[in-house]
Amino acid sequence: MRSKRTFDFVKSSRKFLIVSAIITLLGIFAVSIFGLNYGIDFSSGTSVDISTTKSVEEAKLRTFLDDQKLGDYTLTTAENRDSIRFKQALNEQQEKDFKAAFLSNIDADASFEVNIVDVDIAKEQQKSALIGMAVACLGIVIYVSMRFEWRFAIAAVTSLIYCAFFVISMFSIFRFEVNLPFILAVLTIIGYAINDTVVIFDRIRENLRFAKIKTHADLDLLVNNSIWQTLARSINTVITVLIASVCLFIFGSESIKLFSLAMIFGLVSGAYSSIFIASQFWLYLKKKQPIKKVAVKPQSTN
Amino acid sequence: MKRIVAFVLVVLVSFGIMGYFTPGLLNETKLGLDLKGGVEILYEAHPLTEGGVVTKEALNQTAKSLEDRANKTGVAEPEVTTEGKNRIRLKIAISTGTTDKERDEAVQKIRDLMKRPAELQFRSSVGCADGSYCNVELYGSDFKEGAAKVEMGDLNSLMVRIVVNDKKKLADVSTKLIGQNLAIFLDDELQSAPVVQQALTDGSAVITGQNSREEAQQLADIINLGALPLKLTEKYTQSVGATLGKQSLHDTLFAGGLASVLILLFMLYFYRLPGIVASICLIVFVWVLLGVFYLMGATLTLPGIAAFVLGIGIAVDSNIITAERIKDELRSGKTISSSLRAGAKNSFRTIIDAHITTLIAAGVLYFMGHGIVKSFAVVLIASIIINILTNVFLPRYLLSILVKSGRFNKPGNYSVKEGEINAL
Repeated sequence: MRSKRTFDFVKSSRKFLIVSAIITLLGIFAVSIFGLNYGIDFSSGTSVDISTTKSVEEAKLRTFLDDQKLGDYTLTTAENRDSIRFKQALNEQQEKDFKAAFLSNIDADASFEVNIVDVDIAKEQQKSALIGMAVACLGIVIYVSMRFEWRFAIAAVTSLIYCAFFVISMFSIFRFEVNLPFILAVLTIIGYAINDTVVIFDRIRENLRFAKIKTHADLDLLVNNSIWQTLARSINTVITVLIASVCLFIFGSESIKLFSLAMIFGLVSGAYSSIFIASQFWLYLKKKQPIKKVAVKPQSTN
Repeated sequence: MKRIVAFVLVVLVSFGIMGYFTPGLLNETKLGLDLKGGVEILYEAHPLTEGGVVTKEALNQTAKSLEDRANKTGVAEPEVTTEGKNRIRLKIAISTGTTDKERDEAVQKIRDLMKRPAELQFRSSVGCADGSYCNVELYGSDFKEGAAKVEMGDLNSLMVRIVVNDKKKLADVSTKLIGQNLAIFLDDELQSAPVVQQALTDGSAVITGQNSREEAQQLADIINLGALPLKLTEKYTQSVGATLGKQSLHDTLFAGGLASVLILLFMLYFYRLPGIVASICLIVFVWVLLGVFYLMGATLTLPGIAAFVLGIGIAVDSNIITAERIKDELRSGKTISSSLRAGAKNSFRTIIDAHITTLIAAGVLYFMGHGIVKSFAVVLIASIIINILTNVFLPRYLLSILVKSGRFNKPGNYSVKEGEINAL
């Protein structure tokens, strides 16, 4: 074992748990007060993304949109790119008329991406997304319980839920739009976070096989060493996937921007939660179990 | 030396194969409509009549008629699938047309065509000033589903027999129109204009005068399709202009390419020899994944590309786990070749565990999702499986050749400092 490790993850876990608890509380607060900013995938409506060949003044665009009388809308403009969200699901004629009016009044060479979602489908998608997440979590719990032991499974799922909730909280606090790709991102993040957690747990399990655990302090040391042994891998993997996500976020197409953003949040919180939540929670559960053969010291030595 | 030659040969041959096939592969890979423009519509089918039901058969026939109509225009690649009990998903990506504008217009044309279900009408010219057929006497829904049949009449003449739901209605109409034409229209297109010979009181009618069996069968099919009592409403629509689709493809490919280059540099810098091997395996991985896509005839969509890039992340992870493990074993004082063996063995278990958990998540997405969720899941599942082949076994093989060559025995080649190695 290397000797120059300066940071004790187990000893400082309390501080991180407090930070995580505060973030979670903030998240619960944000989600219950402000809710989520649902995109049309989950609330029904029409989203129109327009790529223009010249820059269009926002005021001019607003006048134009008001003239169209298509109901409430929100408008975000960027250079040569305008996104409009109508509360109402437009019918085909309205969509056609809108496009034609835009082409003749604003920019004759504009290109459109139009998404229209009806309210039934929106509700159904929301429901199946939630069920999907639950089923995925259940599958992971069963697999981890089989391959490891139930304590690992519980710790892993706790950290997964934290990690997924962290991303949802961030989206609620910053009012980013929650759409179908966001769900994809959360599910992918769950996949990644469990990856991270499994790698650390795998090392803990391996070290347990050869270790002689006499006291709780031995367990602490073992977890700390396991984290240190896998730390380089955890960090390097997160960096490489972050490279990919950041590239997609900055340079990728508009429709996967939010996906990439959710991935960025999720990757960071996934790595964090496997180190500071999953492993620590497992340690907490493990300490409840009496240590075999050797008498348990009255208190742990941290 | 022999081993190095073997290594170089393996690499050169695989890159040669890739170089040879890649241009074709890239051109042949089918792109989703979000990447080249087109429209995707999810219809929900409802019975036209009160209390009617949407049968699986009626749904399939409606899907077929939609596909036929799109095919008839000859400019698009329509893809019509039924979903669940009462949904039809229609995807049209445009493959012809020289300018983006032309393509967009072609999509719009097909969409207009799709707007209504096949609408069958029997019209007369009663009260029409210009002699055209302006008066609708019977609708498709008045006919029994699937009841139109080709029959042989006297003197081997062909005829199409149709059956209506309401005897009285047909009797009234036919009595009124004796000696006049009762024209059959499908989607406002005149199919046939038989003359009513007599009042039809038994609820069935025959149409004669077809020249060939095919012609008669076609008419029967048209009536059957048109008699489908289904009304379609658009529930979800995504339409992407050709220009915007291309721009998305370009942006995303650029982002993916840039990410790949940065990741390769990162691996080379941090892991030296295993890094070089990892880079080679990553390139092979991407290529095999593209190849599998081509062979599956799968369509690459934007979420698919996102999953692709994530697949690269997973692949890098496998290499990092192995490389880190080899470093650990080296540090513990083992020789290079036994470190390699122990590292590969120990990391394999970890990688499999991690992969299976991701596979569970991807599997759930595949079975529960539709549309973009499904295409994302397909790419993710494919990349996990291919990853095990190309980023677990291939690096192991390549590294073992290099190690056996005896030329890379310095721990520095594996980015381990001499000072870090403990005595056994």
